[in-house]
Amino acid sequence: MSVENTPVLEVRDVSLGFGGVRALSEVSFEVKRGELFSIIGPNGAGKTSMLNCISGRYKPTSGRVYLDGRDVTGLTPNIRATLGMGRTFQNLALFGHMSVLDNIMVGRHHLLNNNALTGGLYWLSGARKEELSHRRKVEDIIDFLEIAHIRKAVAGTLPYGLRKRVELARAMAVEPKIILLDEPMAGMNLEEKEDMARYIVDLNEEWGMTVVMIEHDMGVVMDISQRVMVLEFGRKIAEGLPAEVMENERVKVAYLGIDDDEPAEAGSAA
Amino acid sequence: MISSSLIPCGQYKTSYAADTTIFLTPASRNWCILGIILAACAPLVLSNYLLALLIQIGYYGIAALGLNILVGSTGQISLGHAAFFGFGAFASAWLNNTFGVPVLLSIPLAGVMTTLLGLLFGIPAGRLKGLYLAIATFASQFILEDFFSRANWFTGGSSGAMANPVSLFGYELNGDKSFFYVVLAWLVVMFIIGTNLLRTRDGRAFVAVRDHYLSAEVMGINLTKYRILSFGISSFYAGIGGALYGHYLGFVSAEGFTILLSIQFLGMIIIGGMGSVMGTLMGTVFMVLLPEATEGAVSAIKHVTGDIPALTSALAYIKEATIGLAIVLFLIFEPDGLVHRWRLIKSYWKLYPFSY
Ligand SMILES: Nc1ncnc2c1ncn2[C@@H]1O[C@H](COP(=O)(O)OP(=O)(O)OP(=O)(O)O)[C@@H](O)[C@H]1O
Ligand SMILES: [Mg+2]
Repeated sequence: MSVENTPVLEVRDVSLGFGGVRALSEVSFEVKRGELFSIIGPNGAGKTSMLNCISGRYKPTSGRVYLDGRDVTGLTPNIRATLGMGRTFQNLALFGHMSVLDNIMVGRHHLLNNNALTGGLYWLSGARKEELSHRRKVEDIIDFLEIAHIRKAVAGTLPYGLRKRVELARAMAVEPKIILLDEPMAGMNLEEKEDMARYIVDLNEEWGMTVVMIEHDMGVVMDISQRVMVLEFGRKIAEGLPAEVMENERVKVAYLGIDDDEPAEAGSAA
Repeated sequence: MISSSLIPCGQYKTSYAADTTIFLTPASRNWCILGIILAACAPLVLSNYLLALLIQIGYYGIAALGLNILVGSTGQISLGHAAFFGFGAFASAWLNNTFGVPVLLSIPLAGVMTTLLGLLFGIPAGRLKGLYLAIATFASQFILEDFFSRANWFTGGSSGAMANPVSLFGYELNGDKSFFYVVLAWLVVMFIIGTNLLRTRDGRAFVAVRDHYLSAEVMGINLTKYRILSFGISSFYAGIGGALYGHYLGFVSAEGFTILLSIQFLGMIIIGGMGSVMGTLMGTVFMVLLPEATEGAVSAIKHVTGDIPALTSALAYIKEATIGLAIVLFLIFEPDGLVHRWRLIKSYWKLYPFSY
């Protein structure tokens, strides 16, 4: 099924309405295997709504979503996760009372086989062995994101930047075919942003993960994305290479608020 | 307040296996083993009165742990736990009386039957939250109470059901001393299973559903399934606890399983600590001893003032009132329960004399 050139993600004519509000209007795009694809747009443009349609939190009013060639439009978020989707949220969404390690182990949920009965019998049922065997993978992720020192910390007590990182770790633990990141750098200071950008690039290049990222920081987006899509009022107004998108007149007007008469400042943003 | 790390300082683990032991330090494991050994010696030294209290702590503690998995770990509420406790008591007596299933076997079978009942009631409850769930479980309490009073074939109706004592190889284990060991064995096994459950896949899923259900869902967790499953597991614990209760008393009657007992179960886990296995036991001890302490206090007052008839006749109400008062006071002053206070004391002594 996963032929090399089927897009990992295909969104076709997705529209979404909340009562009178049109959050998305017939948006279509594809994300290729191994790509780092960014979605940008002003506040309220519908970026998070798009991600929610992909991950299954919202059902599009019309249109379809394909994961690896398979129509997932009618499926619940948990089934999409088991089919290979991982995501992080715009607002912090960790399991606050669990340790960092347990948070990440929750990501292994669909890869583990033990259940309430075998888990309860632990030593007798092989659950212990299975749990331990998954620790290897989890520790790789922990090492990659450099969070070994907080492994046993309670997630809810961590500073903001670290929580964002743990959330990424948890999404990686799902071993998805595609990972959806909703503003992974929002609210971070410059140093934290640079770290996070590096993790995302490494995740994409070294781990071969296909990434869809929503981000407001234009500098980062233009730096690390392979392709960019721009949403405005729920409509796609541009898509292409970062440089192409920056030169697009509609993007300049709509997103960057630059008039044709004013000198373009796109260069400084990138 | 949440403590920032789950392990005390100075603890280093060099393998994943060493990192997954139940106890964070060897000392706490040894204390636990010592506790079990001491408990096993209890019948040799304790009076029958104290032994009866320990047995009560045993069967209520098992049921309370089930409720804590549901309420504390999964974040669901239940006001009907006593009814499932009662169902377990009736089911075990029924299996033994009607089909001659030996009591040692009818107890776990009653647990399974109660689990199935819990799953059934959990189906609507798994889709509800907050106040609506509270009302739905409140309803299940009354539906089951009504069932107990009508289903003569199962419960003996208003006259109740006889429950035989445990027998082993045709030899009846009569009396508190031998029954104590039956309860102790179940208590230890059920608490170990509970602890294991909470540190493996499905236990983590419960806590994930409680802490952030949207994230849990995108991690591949089926919310409805886990909410229902949690009801099933909590009912299993209630059923085992209830079955032990029935065979201990020798007689099961619906009057023992009212909403008041459901509230008491909630009190145990609130006072002990939500979501904590050891806290459950602490809360149960507190809840069983409180009425005894109240009675002691009342008779001490009477000793000083001479007999006050009003006080004697109000004793039952005073006991209930102190339970309610204790729950309220804990909610206000110690919402994380006794287990939290215990941890603070432990870390104080660990660092003594440099506690600040
Ligand atoms: N659950 C909802 N109910 C009603 N309206 C909603 C809901 N979710 C989103 N909307 C509306 O849909 C539009 C798009 O919102 P969305 O959150 O997708 O924007 P966004 O591009 O992610 O914005 P931001 O950059 O601020 O995160 C907004 O007008 C918002 O008010
Ligand atoms: Mg958003």
